[in-house]
Amino acid sequence: MKPVLAVEDLTVTIGTRRGPAHAVAGVDWAVRPGETLALVGESGSGKSMSVLAATGLAPRTARVTGRVHLLGMELTGVTEERRRRLRGRHIGFVFQDPMTSLNPVLTVGRQVTEAAEEHLGLTRRAARSRAVELLDMVGIPSAGQRVDAYPHQFSGGMRQRVVIAMALACEPDLLIADEPTTALDVTTQAQIVELVGDLQRRLGTAVVWITHDLGVVAGIADTVAVMYGGRILEQGPVDAVFGTPSHPYTKALLAARPDPAAGSAELVTIAGAPPSPLDLPAGCAFWPRCPVRGDARCEHELPPLVPVSAGHQVRTFYPQPSDGERR
Amino acid sequence: MSEQTINHEGQLRRVLAALRRDPLALTGSLVLVVLVVVGVGGSWLAPSGINEVNVDQMLQPPSWAHPFGTDELGRDVLSRVMVAARVSLQVGLVSVGIALVVGATLGLFAGYYRGWLDNVLMRCMDVLFAFPVLLLAVAIVAVLGPGLVTAMVAIGVVYTPIFARVTRAGVLSVREQVFVRAAVSVGASDLRIMRRHVLPNIAAPLIVQTSLSLAFAILSEAALSFLGLGVQPPDPAWGRMLFDGRGFVTDAWWLGFFPGAAIFLTVLAFNLVGDALRDVLDPRQLTVSEARRSTA
Amino acid sequence: MARFVIRRLLQSAVVLLGVTLVVFLLLQLVPGDPVRVALGTRFDPQTYEALRARAGLDQPLVVQYFDYLRRALTGDLGVSFRSGRPVTAIVLERLPATLSLAVTAVVFAMAVAFPLGIVSAIRSGSLVDHAARVFSQFGVSVPDFWMGIMGILLFSGVLGWLPPSGYVALTEDPGRWASHVALPAATVGLVTASILTRFIRSSMLEVLSEDYVRTAEAKGLRTRVVVLRHVLRNALIPVVTVVAVQLASLLGGVIVIEVLFAWPGIGRLTYDAVAARDYPVLQGAVLLVAALFLLVNLLVDILYARLDPRITVK
Repeated sequence: MKPVLAVEDLTVTIGTRRGPAHAVAGVDWAVRPGETLALVGESGSGKSMSVLAATGLAPRTARVTGRVHLLGMELTGVTEERRRRLRGRHIGFVFQDPMTSLNPVLTVGRQVTEAAEEHLGLTRRAARSRAVELLDMVGIPSAGQRVDAYPHQFSGGMRQRVVIAMALACEPDLLIADEPTTALDVTTQAQIVELVGDLQRRLGTAVVWITHDLGVVAGIADTVAVMYGGRILEQGPVDAVFGTPSHPYTKALLAARPDPAAGSAELVTIAGAPPSPLDLPAGCAFWPRCPVRGDARCEHELPPLVPVSAGHQVRTFYPQPSDGERR
Repeated sequence: MSEQTINHEGQLRRVLAALRRDPLALTGSLVLVVLVVVGVGGSWLAPSGINEVNVDQMLQPPSWAHPFGTDELGRDVLSRVMVAARVSLQVGLVSVGIALVVGATLGLFAGYYRGWLDNVLMRCMDVLFAFPVLLLAVAIVAVLGPGLVTAMVAIGVVYTPIFARVTRAGVLSVREQVFVRAAVSVGASDLRIMRRHVLPNIAAPLIVQTSLSLAFAILSEAALSFLGLGVQPPDPAWGRMLFDGRGFVTDAWWLGFFPGAAIFLTVLAFNLVGDALRDVLDPRQLTVSEARRSTA
Repeated sequence: MARFVIRRLLQSAVVLLGVTLVVFLLLQLVPGDPVRVALGTRFDPQTYEALRARAGLDQPLVVQYFDYLRRALTGDLGVSFRSGRPVTAIVLERLPATLSLAVTAVVFAMAVAFPLGIVSAIRSGSLVDHAARVFSQFGVSVPDFWMGIMGILLFSGVLGWLPPSGYVALTEDPGRWASHVALPAATVGLVTASILTRFIRSSMLEVLSEDYVRTAEAKGLRTRVVVLRHVLRNALIPVVTVVAVQLASLLGGVIVIEVLFAWPGIGRLTYDAVAARDYPVLQGAVLLVAALFLLVNLLVDILYARLDPRITVK
């Protein structure tokens, strides 16, 4: 199956006062129709930036290179106007903070169907009934009345439902969810995750789910890409990556995950801090924090992405043998 | 008890460094230095006496002998512009000083004690705020009689409410912070808390407001003296020189140009330094004072 | 909403009461006897006694104030020491000149400031942006009367396009009104425009960095739609206040420009009243201007609440 969205050798360099910041330093990933790709990493790892850049939402000061394909169309080098026509129509976005991602002075109904008015030529009237339909679909009670309410009249979880309705207004082929649950409380998080999964099955939408929450990934993703320092360190089917993690970083992440089943209060953390995008190391970006610390090669030479099993690749000179990692 | 206040030395160094980096602020500071020198030593530095009437030198265009030309009485415009710098600076400093001391005191008490005192004081400030700046100043001067002192008082009164508001807003946010409550809990007296804990922590917005107000105050002084309500002749003031020169302006442009340019440069310098200070000390403050900057 | 309006109305009423007290006390602050001072060399005992009685100066202070307040409420602001005519009439007949100048100046200012402020925010760092920042720094620092004098010098003296001063009523001859209003309105307007430009720019920049603007871009809306519907609407809410405050302060505050251009408005009236020590007229003009100022501010707050749906709930 052809991917909905695929990026090849994508780099994003942002000009800052202290020199160029290499936010994304060459990544490849793809998401197929109906599938969910999880991009995992700490903040600053380039996971959000790679998606924003691929869809033309990178900040103005960013320089983007590489190839991007949407539904088989080449997006590299096309005009911003063309990219704009695809955004919203074929790709819907859900951002992190529902408190700030809605315009405070427009009714939610208006905001939900704006994209449909723009791309599908819906009249204001048709848009309104469509808005009610969409709000109903994402589980907002008495949508017929709430459609004329303003964002501040909704709770955080309800607002995120509005944002999801908004993203799905044109029934896009792809939904990009950028840490959509981070700003919500735990119960609401679960509801939102469930809602997106539900809608995905009903509408056949592909999803790119950007998160640092491995618990969510295990539950919903088909494939996963672990990012660090602007590069992918490990990617593959979620069972393979979680079942036999082969990069020391992935292993450390999984070990650092709080395990309610084990009931241990002990929280394992990874010592050190991620590299600054202003000053990426020449070799493996994880080397300064790596528990394995192979040899000088790791410090000075960038390890290639090598396959360990079908569709499962890892960027290290020292792939970790499986040691019966818990799943 | 630890005295948790701003690290003043670090702050000062930060301000100086920022001013050095910003070419506009540097230019502004330089202009101010020149201005102070001229203001203090104007009468010694001036090439000729300010009231030397010279009938056969009337309305001479700029020349080597008179770089800014001469006025309708043959007086040297450059000398008069130089000597008038003192008046502008004096009125600016004294009136903003009045506004700062009175306004900050009122704002401090209002914000610290809250309650009815706050209500009464701030409603009084609202009343003063309800008059356009220059109109109120004109009315006050009209009642007290024109002159240097009344101009200072009038401008001081007019700019008091803005200092009261800025101070009060600062006090309200500082009041609730841990170190103030700690000081209260160990039984420090109100005055001591205000002086040692509250004031130092609201210094930044007050410094910014002071430097921007100096610009407005000098503009207001110029306007008052343009209306004949400031310093009385024959003492020179920039605004008055403009007023006197306005009848000759089509024949003798220098009479209107140079005094006005002096006002402009002075106000510009204070604004540039004020903006730079705000960028360093208080970047989010863009409020009513901006909106009321109009000199009208 | 109704409660908000009522609360603001009450607040304004209290402040207005304070304003009348200040205006009333102005006269008491005059050193010596205001009527004697006003009459000066024209002093004669009969006029003196008549004016004192008319101004109520023979009563105790408190009685005087309540009397003043009561008459002010019915529109009676006393009589001019100079002409003996009612102050209310004198002040009101000057209103059209001031109004036409203030409105023209603000319209001019908006015509300059909106495009400049918006473009300089959207194209932050561009040539337009730099020009806008230089312009606004110039405008807030320049004395308006100096710019007016330079304007007269250029457009009237050198080019001979516009009359140097004077006034023609709009109702009398719109063409000549326009040629007379051009210079003073442009002078006042440029200062106002620079303040507005600065404010619009910073307000726009703040909104442009909001998450919901990125949301709008993510929907694939046209840039025009994003700017007009999402950015401008939010950015202009605070700007409305600034425009109104500017307008209000121009209504009473353009004394210097009205004097310079011989424009017979409220400002000029104030100036003449000060020169002639005609205190009742001064009081009347100041009171009217402050009342207008309060009224505009009240209307703005209500408009603000209408524009920003969040306020009604708070």
